[in-house]
Amino acid sequence: MSDIRTSHGAAAGALAPREYHLAHEPHPENGTALGFWLYLMSDCLIFAALFATYGVLGRSYAAGPNGAELFELPLVALNTAFLLLSSITFGFAMLRKQLGDVKGTLLWLAVTGAFGLCFLSLELYEFSHLIHEGAGPQRSAFLSAFFTLVGTHGLHVTFGLIWLLVLMLQINKHGLSTENKRRLMCLSMFWHFLDVVWIGVFTFVYLMGVL
Amino acid sequence: MSAHDTHASHDAHGHDDYHHANEPHSTFSDYMVGFVLSIILTAIPFWLVMTKVIADRQTAVLVLGGFAVVQILVHMVYFLHMNGKVEGGWTLLSTIFTVVFVAIAITGTLWVMFHMNANMMPTHSNMPAMEQAAKPEAAPKASP
Repeated sequence: MSDIRTSHGAAAGALAPREYHLAHEPHPENGTALGFWLYLMSDCLIFAALFATYGVLGRSYAAGPNGAELFELPLVALNTAFLLLSSITFGFAMLRKQLGDVKGTLLWLAVTGAFGLCFLSLELYEFSHLIHEGAGPQRSAFLSAFFTLVGTHGLHVTFGLIWLLVLMLQINKHGLSTENKRRLMCLSMFWHFLDVVWIGVFTFVYLMGVL
Repeated sequence: MSAHDTHASHDAHGHDDYHHANEPHSTFSDYMVGFVLSIILTAIPFWLVMTKVIADRQTAVLVLGGFAVVQILVHMVYFLHMNGKVEGGWTLLSTIFTVVFVAIAITGTLWVMFHMNANMMPTHSNMPAMEQAAKPEAAPKASP
């Protein structure tokens, strides 16, 4: 009781005790994960805009080809498998990281990168095939929206691959240091996030486009 | 500075902060459960569309959308280790905000854009219809 009274009395004075400075501050231990998550959520908003655009323009064929004529579902299924496999192999890399196994982490990251590269090459093949058939982004509003949405996702995967490669070099050089573990955690979130976006792409663009 | 000291006191590992709360310990079984569920949840929609099981487009769209939502949840829980405890719930909260925002942005866009014709200013071709509709209202005002 007397403590409270004295501290109140002293509050006006210059030497007031800093009562707001708690012994156990509710302080986030590490903001990186949350900050990176917020970035991913804002990235999500970009994709939301692109999905909405595709939703509006997805049936405006301008007398050109439609989804049912253009999309090859077996190819899309293969692409989906590549991305899903790369997600689980990244998971294995994270498990090796937890054990502090540098070689195992690098190995699984390499496998992840290989699957990512397969995904990207198949997507580029599909794009070049479409453009070759005269179904490029300038053909119709549907194709513009399609190339923008799927291309943006592909661009994310491309940058994810570059990041993966750079991180592998860093882990190779500096081992699983605290910094590299943090970077690996962020890249893992990024990679799994791209897989989540791809679920939306293959469902709403390819499967519903063929219906 | 003092915040750092407090961690060290209740964190047995001391320097290794990154493992503490924001990155839950992932396990092999977690990843495998997620992986198997995603394979099933991917395979079924592809099979439905490729063998044309559902004839009605509306039903097919709803079913495919349902599978996508469930698979996204599976990825969130098993691959991104989403739960209410990570970062004191802030991750979950920001995700819920994003989901609400995305839902409003997408459904709002589609709703507005596909009702444009109904909500448009009258064009020349439907002017006569508008005038006729306005006549009964205009008549009582004009008489006195």
